[in-house]
Amino acid sequence: MKAILTTIGKDQVGIIAGVSHFLAEKNINISDVSQTIMNGYFTMMMMVEIQDNKTDFAILAQQLDELGKQLGVEIKIRREEIYDAMHQL
Amino acid sequence: METEKIKETIHMISDENLDVRTITMGISLLDCIDSDSDVACERIYQKITTKAKNLVEVGHQIEIEYGIPIINKRISVTPISIVAAASNDKDYFKYAQTLDKAAKALGVNFIGGFSALVQKGYQTGDLKLIRSLPRVLAETDLVCASVNVGSTRSGINMDAVAEMGKVIKQASELSFMSNTKLVVFCNAVEDNPFMAGAFHGVGERDTVINVGVSGPGVVKHALEEVKGSPMDVVAETIKQTAFKVTRMGQLVGTLASERLGVPFGIVDLSLAPTPAVGDSVAQILEEIGLEQVGTHGTTAALALLNDAVKKGGIMACSHVGGLSGAFIPVSEDAGMIDGVNSGSLNIEKLEAMTAVCSVGLDMIAIPGKTPAETISAMIADEAAIGMINNKTTAVRVLPIQGKSVGDTVEFGGLLGHAPVMAVNSASSADMIHRGGLIPAPIHSFKN
Repeated sequence: MKAILTTIGKDQVGIIAGVSHFLAEKNINISDVSQTIMNGYFTMMMMVEIQDNKTDFAILAQQLDELGKQLGVEIKIRREEIYDAMHQL
Repeated sequence: METEKIKETIHMISDENLDVRTITMGISLLDCIDSDSDVACERIYQKITTKAKNLVEVGHQIEIEYGIPIINKRISVTPISIVAAASNDKDYFKYAQTLDKAAKALGVNFIGGFSALVQKGYQTGDLKLIRSLPRVLAETDLVCASVNVGSTRSGINMDAVAEMGKVIKQASELSFMSNTKLVVFCNAVEDNPFMAGAFHGVGERDTVINVGVSGPGVVKHALEEVKGSPMDVVAETIKQTAFKVTRMGQLVGTLASERLGVPFGIVDLSLAPTPAVGDSVAQILEEIGLEQVGTHGTTAALALLNDAVKKGGIMACSHVGGLSGAFIPVSEDAGMIDGVNSGSLNIEKLEAMTAVCSVGLDMIAIPGKTPAETISAMIADEAAIGMINNKTTAVRVLPIQGKSVGDTVEFGGLLGHAPVMAVNSASSADMIHRGGLIPAPIHSFKN
């Protein structure tokens, strides 16, 4: 499945490295990435591909939440369909 | 990857309280009927706990995978007055206990359908159910009840209206929370996913998934961007926002329906407030340009809001149903509470507002000493508005024993708190004591 991973928080060293490293460890591929600094806040969006049969989404979301706490940012993951549903006919 | 759209969605969920208010599974109990109430109750328990076995789990999965809060998972069932009519029980408390037990076993938030449809008269079972209500509401935790006393097609059953005033009064004497679980309707709908008025109509499929969305905070935020613009811009902005909110409801409903193997029914487009800051319908009206909700112009602003929500939502999903409009409960809406406390909003204005929005006098605390006949008369007024205007109206008033105007009562959680509101003290008793039927209006004869 495709999912969108969003990382928002105060900018500091090692956020991209931390998130990418975690995803690589989990064998999750990043297919697109966009990153900006808005009002001093680091904002990153990643489209990732998750192998449905090998990953428990609930556990993954929880691990990302914990990773976010370590990095001092908020990391959320949502399946892509919710964004499509809301904005596309 | 369209980052602007992603940002917008995230902002709606994280900062503007966008959520799916409820996934409600409707379950028919017609195949559980038996003249032995023990047998019937056993069948009811088995059917509900089998059909809805995975409801809470699936709701939770969707919440996690899509990052959208789903506040309530609920069940609605066939009106119990129909299901229990074949039994010779003196009251239907046993049926309510069964529903309560099933709801608790499943972990759902509420179960609705301890209901009777008496708009034209009583059948076997209807009066028994109505007279069971005070005890049922006081002694069960999750059972919601409703009674339909009128319709555009059939008029208003004033005997039932008189009876319901007494029931509400008695229920309030047993527990101040009882009446939060009871709605008196005119033109009740059969696919409403919202409590306390949800029941599963006899014309529905055996089981069905209905979804209620919410999002007053999202609408208010969108309107902040168009300050000072003409009213047509306001309407257009609300429409576009309602569209997006409803699309999400449609997605969640479709997913729940697929995963539970139950057909998808409808999305209810109602804007349902909560006591949380920024999740208020009253504050939308104030954003349109009213200093305080309740002042002159409130009805017009609400009419625009209600209509624009429907127009936006209808295009966004395959089947729209339920109540679909703006809810204006007092205790559940921080802006409404402020309006009452400041003296700007009173029951008379709320009644006028119900003529242009969904539902009616909702979650309004009134003095405990209000006579039953006055409560009946409030029900009659609301039913008349519904009957004449071809719309659903409802009354959920809460007489609070030992409290009078100016006191506040705390219900907790999503039900919030309510200031006790003044009621007209002139008597309506002689009219209520007449009973009988208010005939259906002339425009009901459409054949």
